[in-house]
Amino acid sequence: MQRESMEFDVVVVGGGPAGLSAAIKLRQLAVQNGVELSVCVLEKGAEVGAHIMSGAIFEPRALDELFPDWAGMKAPLHTPVESDEIYYLNSARGAVRVPDLFVPATMHNQGNYIVSLGNLCRWLGEQAERLGVEVFPGFPAADVLYDEQGRVKGVVTADMGLDKQGKPKDGFVPGIELHAKQTLFAEGCRGHLGKSLIQRFNLDAEVDAQHYGLGIKEIWEVPEFQHRPGLVVHSTGWPLKEAKAQGGAFMYHLEDRQVVVGQVLDLNYANPYLSPFDEFQQLKHHPLFAEYLSGGKRISYGARAIAKGGLQSLPRMHFPGGLLIGCDAGTLNFAKIKGSHTAMKSGMLAAEVVFESLRDNPEPGLDLANYANQFRQSWLYEELYQQRNFGPAMHRFGNLVGAAYAWLDLNLFKGRLPWTLSDPAPDHDRLLPARQAARIEYPKPDGVLSFDKLSSVFLSNTNHEEDQPCHLTLLSSVVPLAVNLPIYAEPAQRYCPAGVYEVLQEKGAEPVLQINAQNCLHCKTCDIKDPSQNILWRPPEGGGGPSYTSM
Amino acid sequence: MKVVVAVKRVADANVKVRVKSDGTGVELGNVKMAINPFCEIAVEAAVRLKESGKASEVVAVSVGTDASQEQLRTALAMGADRAILVKGADTLEPLAVAKVLKAIVQREAADIVVLGKQSIDGDNNQTGQMLSALLDCAQGAFASSIEVGDGNVTVTREVDGGLETLQLTLPAVLTADLRLNEPRYASLPNIMKAKKKPLDVVAIEELGVDVSPRLTVLKVVEPAERQAGKRVSSVKELVEKLRNEAGVI
Repeated sequence: MQRESMEFDVVVVGGGPAGLSAAIKLRQLAVQNGVELSVCVLEKGAEVGAHIMSGAIFEPRALDELFPDWAGMKAPLHTPVESDEIYYLNSARGAVRVPDLFVPATMHNQGNYIVSLGNLCRWLGEQAERLGVEVFPGFPAADVLYDEQGRVKGVVTADMGLDKQGKPKDGFVPGIELHAKQTLFAEGCRGHLGKSLIQRFNLDAEVDAQHYGLGIKEIWEVPEFQHRPGLVVHSTGWPLKEAKAQGGAFMYHLEDRQVVVGQVLDLNYANPYLSPFDEFQQLKHHPLFAEYLSGGKRISYGARAIAKGGLQSLPRMHFPGGLLIGCDAGTLNFAKIKGSHTAMKSGMLAAEVVFESLRDNPEPGLDLANYANQFRQSWLYEELYQQRNFGPAMHRFGNLVGAAYAWLDLNLFKGRLPWTLSDPAPDHDRLLPARQAARIEYPKPDGVLSFDKLSSVFLSNTNHEEDQPCHLTLLSSVVPLAVNLPIYAEPAQRYCPAGVYEVLQEKGAEPVLQINAQNCLHCKTCDIKDPSQNILWRPPEGGGGPSYTSM
Repeated sequence: MKVVVAVKRVADANVKVRVKSDGTGVELGNVKMAINPFCEIAVEAAVRLKESGKASEVVAVSVGTDASQEQLRTALAMGADRAILVKGADTLEPLAVAKVLKAIVQREAADIVVLGKQSIDGDNNQTGQMLSALLDCAQGAFASSIEVGDGNVTVTREVDGGLETLQLTLPAVLTADLRLNEPRYASLPNIMKAKKKPLDVVAIEELGVDVSPRLTVLKVVEPAERQAGKRVSSVKELVEKLRNEAGVI
C-alpha cells in the first residue's frame, strides 16, 4: 500500500526521559548554533507521561546539565529525600534495619528527590514543545523502515481503525511513514522495535543476555499523621525469599499525603507458580509497610518491566541510520536502582553526536560509531562500570552474600575490582517445569491493604479500543496449550500483572487460552518471560493502554 | 453557510477521578484531559456538513484557559477551518458559557451551531438549550441524524419515548448525541496542518458578557459505598427487616 510520508531530520521513538532529553538537546544545539533542525517525538500513550511508571528517586545530575535552571522553570522536583532506611525482612512480621555503614554507597540518596517520573516527563514534554520539537502523542511507531542498503530510514506509525480480523473499518487511517536522517529509539525496556533492531543488526553479539525485573507500584493517599514527606524505605527478604525469588520493595513518601509503594521482582525466578502481583500484595501486610498504609486509600496502580543487566548486557547502540538509547538499550544503574538520569544522559549524548554529524554531513543513514566513544568517555559509562558486578553478584550469590559482595565492591573498592562477572543465561530460560516446582497458594486479598488483579488494573485507567486486532501476537497458536500449559502450567496466567492471559476449561472440553488484550499495561513481561518466547508484544492502536496519573 | 461548533476540555473519559479531600471539587491536578466525547461528535458532524458541500466554513470555539487550545487544535486537525479561544476561567456555568457563545455566534453570523449534548464532567445538558433560548432560534437537542435542506435542517432526536423528527428553520442550535456519528481519527499530516490554521484568542471581557456565577458549590462527595445485600429466607423475615431495619413500613 502506498502510504503518505513526512520528513524530519531526526525522529525520536518514545516520549520518556531518554527520548525527550535527546529531542530537547537537539533543539537546544540547533537554536544555539542558528541551524535548522526538525525533530519529532512519537509517543504511543494518549499523552506524554501516560505510560511512564517508575518509583522514583531521581538523581538530578543529567537534569542539571540539560536545564541548569530547572528549579526556576518549575520542574516537578518537590520532595527532597530526607531519610533513607534499608531493611531486611526476615519474616511476615520481622524486620532488621541495615545500619547505614553496611549499605552500599550507591544506595545513599542525599541530594536526590522523590518524584513522579510521569509528571517529570510531562514537564520535559512541555519544554520540548517550547523548543520547537513536534510531539505526537497517540501515535505508536509500528515498524522500522529500511532503505535499499538496509539502513534505517525512519519508522511507520500504526494503522488506525482496523477491526478484530484486521480489516479496515469505516474510519480507517493507514499509518504514515516518517523519514529521518537519524532515528533514535527510546521505547524503554524491551521496546519492540529495539528488540527487532538488536536482532537484525546483531547488536548483542558480544554481550550477555539482557536481564529484567518486573516493577509493580501503587500510590496511596494516607492520613496526615502517617505521612513523612522525604522518607525513603527499601527492603529485601520477605516475601520474595519464601519463593526463592530475588528483588526488593520500596516505599517513598511524596508530597500531598501520597505514598508510593512497590516491589521489583527479578524475572530470573525459577518457580512457574510464582505470581509477582500476589507477592506484592502480600508485602503490604508487613508491619513495616502496613503502619504507613493503614487507613489510607489506594489511588493508582501500575506495572512495568525494567532492564537491569547493566554494562554486561548493554548491546552496541549505534547502527546505520539510528541509535538505541535509554532503557531500550539498557542504561539503568541497577546498584542504585535508578535509570532516569542515565536514560536522560544517554539521550543527551546521542543528541550531541547526531547534531555534530548532521551539521558536517547531512546524509541520511550514517552509522554513528562515535556514539560509542562519547558514551565511553562520559560519567554515564563510569557510573555503569563501577556498579557492573552488582547484578551478576546478586544472581550468582543470592541476596545476602551478593549484597555483602556488593558492599565490598562498591564501598571499599569503589567498583575497581579487576574482574567482571558475567551472567549469560536469559531470564526466560530459568523456569523450572511445573512438576519440579512447589505450588504456591497465595492468601486472598483482604480488600483493605491487598486487592485483586482486576480492581488494580481498574486504577491504571487502562483502556483499548475493543474492536481492533489483538496486539499480543502468538508466533505459534499451538504452543501455549501444547507446551506452556503441560510443562510450565502456562505461567502467563501468573506473571502478567494485568490478568491478560487466562486458560479456561469448560467441563469436558479442551482448555482454551483467552487473551484479554484490553487489560494490557504495556509492561512487556510476557514478551520477556514466556519460556517458549512465543509471545510477541506489538503496539496496539494509538492512545490505548494505561493512563497513569502521576506515576 | 457557516457552522460554529463548541468544544470543551474535560477529564479524559478513561480516568477514574477522585473527590478532593476538602470536598470542594474533583482532583484534576496531573489528570489527563481531552476533548469532551460529545463535542468530538459535534465537530465530526460539522466537518461532514462542510465535506458534503452544505457548509462553507466550520469555526470551532472553546471557552476556558489557554490549555483549551489543545482541544481546539484537535478540532482543527479533524477538519475545522478556524478556531476561537475565549479566554476566561475554566469553571464557568452553562448559562455563562451560553452567553459567551451567543456573542461569538452573533459575531460570526453562523447559520448552524453544533454542541455536544452534555459534558462528561458536569453532565448538565443545559448549554445548548440555553444558547438557543438566548439566540431566540430553533433548537434540536440529542440529534442522532442531521440533514440540511434549503434554509432548514431536519433533525432526528433521541427522546425518552423513541425518535422524534423535526424540521427547523435556520438559524438553529443542535446538540449531538452518541449515535450521530463515529468521529474520525486525526491523522499526523492533518495535525501538522492544524498548527498553521488560525486560532484567535479573545479575552472574555471584550465580549461584555456577565459571567458571574449564579450557583455556589456547597460540597462534593463520592457516591456512597454499595452496601452488601442481605438474603432473607422467608416473607416473614423480609417484612420484619423492612419494618425494623430499613424502616420503610
